[in-house]
Amino acid sequence: MSAPLSLGPARPVPLSAVNPVAQLTAIVVVTVVLLICGDLVTPLLLLAAELALLPAAGLSRPADIARRTWPLLLSALGITWVNVAFGPLEGAAAWQSGATWGVRVIALALPGVLLVASTDPVRLADALTLHWRVSTRFGYGALAALRLVPLLATEWESIRLARRARGVDAGRNPVAGARLLAGTAFTLLVGALRRAARLATAMDARGFDSGVVRSNARGSVLRPRDGWFVAGAVAVCAVAVTASVLTGAWHPVFS
Amino acid sequence: MTTTGGGPATVRLAGWGFRHASRQAWALRDVDLVVRPGERVLLTGASGAGKSTLLRALGGLLEPESGDVAGELTVDGAAPDRRRQRVGMVFQDPDSQLVMTRAGDDVAFGLENTGTPPELIWPAVDTALDAVGFTLGQDRATAALSGGQKQRLVLAGALAPRPGLLLLDEPTAQLDPEGAALVRAAVVRAVADRSATLVVVDHDVEAWLPLVDRVVELLPGGGAAEHPAGWRPAPLRLPRRHPHPPGEQLLAAVGAGYTHRGSVRPALAPTDVALRAGRTLAVTGPNGTGKSTLALLLAGLRAPTVGEVVAGPALTPGLRHPHRPPARWRAGELARRIGTVFQQPEHQFLTGRVRDELSLGPLRSGAGAAEAHAAAEALLDRLGLAPLADANPFTLSGGQQRRLSVATALATRPRVLVLDEPTFGQDRETWAELVALLAEQQDDERALCLVTHDAAVVAALADDVLTLGHPVGVG
Repeated sequence: MSAPLSLGPARPVPLSAVNPVAQLTAIVVVTVVLLICGDLVTPLLLLAAELALLPAAGLSRPADIARRTWPLLLSALGITWVNVAFGPLEGAAAWQSGATWGVRVIALALPGVLLVASTDPVRLADALTLHWRVSTRFGYGALAALRLVPLLATEWESIRLARRARGVDAGRNPVAGARLLAGTAFTLLVGALRRAARLATAMDARGFDSGVVRSNARGSVLRPRDGWFVAGAVAVCAVAVTASVLTGAWHPVFS
Repeated sequence: MTTTGGGPATVRLAGWGFRHASRQAWALRDVDLVVRPGERVLLTGASGAGKSTLLRALGGLLEPESGDVAGELTVDGAAPDRRRQRVGMVFQDPDSQLVMTRAGDDVAFGLENTGTPPELIWPAVDTALDAVGFTLGQDRATAALSGGQKQRLVLAGALAPRPGLLLLDEPTAQLDPEGAALVRAAVVRAVADRSATLVVVDHDVEAWLPLVDRVVELLPGGGAAEHPAGWRPAPLRLPRRHPHPPGEQLLAAVGAGYTHRGSVRPALAPTDVALRAGRTLAVTGPNGTGKSTLALLLAGLRAPTVGEVVAGPALTPGLRHPHRPPARWRAGELARRIGTVFQQPEHQFLTGRVRDELSLGPLRSGAGAAEAHAAAEALLDRLGLAPLADANPFTLSGGQQRRLSVATALATRPRVLVLDEPTFGQDRETWAELVALLAEQQDDERALCLVTHDAAVVAALADDVLTLGHPVGVG
């Protein structure tokens, strides 16, 4: 649970040199193209470009890549399978449709993995509040709340054990199991809300959101390379779409 | 308004009182108090005397709609909500006070909120980190710090904007003795130059006495009384002990150790220990040596990854599979034989009423409704919880919650009782009540296992002491 969620200071990787808002812009461009295209060639080419960026995000060891992407790969496989098994098509056509969906899902989600792997959450909040005028209340509030997520895993475990110590278990009864799970989740939620309230008070006490215009100690600078990064994303998309059209595969979903 | 300068603040309360919305009684009444610039005041009072409420009021954190106010309270001659930038506050739980992922960024947070120009922030961060003696560097991940270091960082964050008034609300209640000492040392360092007025609330009164100039007690009937110089709290009430000869063995760990999945280093090195009827074992040792893990193994809540936990013949009659280890017993069977009290009482509460909470265990482990009801009533009376029988467990005070969590474990009349830090963060009154309650369990021939950092509780109750240490060459 903790690996995809852990929120420490990210160690700097080559891709960290690109400002988070530039990365987000590139993600928007790629996402729009992927949502429009209905063929297999475009997402395959975009996916290849994304894979080429993995080492720049510090993900070159297969174990690291697997750790970050297993939920994504699992859902892509699931979508492929559902399309092959239950889709309207049969035979090779079904497989092609399934593969298209699977590849699209991976190509859509992988930029997010790259962003998370290369971006310190604090820098992301800095960039969003400084360049995109996201409210500091939202940006840093969300950041503080995210810090508490790993604590939930520990708390879940101790609530579960505390229930067993009280003589509460489900045995082999699935209904009792579901109720126990719901009860544990409720206790966890109550605890999380109380902690969130304490966090809000502590942030209040530190003058957060008090009406004074906030300064930023770290700053967030947009450099020429951020522009080049976005231009690169646009160029890769253009190449992918051109290749798709030239091979005759191009088949936008809204046509 | 800039944040630097201003010097230590003056606090003035005249006939001040506060009543929480939806409550009949005033939480605080007729409080008269003047704290002069640079003074250090320790605020004491029984649990529920309104200490935390007063600190919140001083910090300007009481919302007008949260209750009724009487009298006058000023910080530097103005209402505290207009002096928010002059006040730094530290609360109990370090995890719900840190905002950023890096130590330096977190200290900078308060300065950013006051609009301090970036070029002035980093020198101020360095000064604050130095003031509390935080030497691990600005880039240290906050998540990887110990509780004491986290709380030190929180203190640095409160000090960075150079407050004229520093308010500490139970800053050491969630820390082990080592962490608590670390925090107190940091406070001493930070206020050495008397650049800030200090008001502290803490359960551990004695430890703060040498660090403050005055002790003020909030009285239960209203008002506040100044303790004379040289005042000391009444000595801890210790129960009369009736030492018991070692009875039969109820539970034993035989070379039992535990390693978390995916981890190389064991959380608990193989350990041998035996729990006997009428005897109390205290498990002590520094953080990270596996004390709580050992408690979970003995409690039958986790299975050891090496060695085994064995129940003695006196504990196994009535089990469907008497040869199985406790970790594989059904929950109902376990609760009737081994009771566990966790560090956080709230994790253990399952119902909306104190009475239901006490009858739940017996009901779950096969007692009839009448029997469960009778057991609950008896415990309510004995533990002085009867007036609270219909209250929601989550609304009880910390000390009451702690007593209730011990009572719920006792409700199923287990022969073995495992308690993880039962006296953690409790004031002296609750401490004495708990120790007396546990001494009664010794007289009832129960075997007790106490995991604790509290030397006083070890001295008061333990027959045997197991000190866990770091294995040679590790940590």
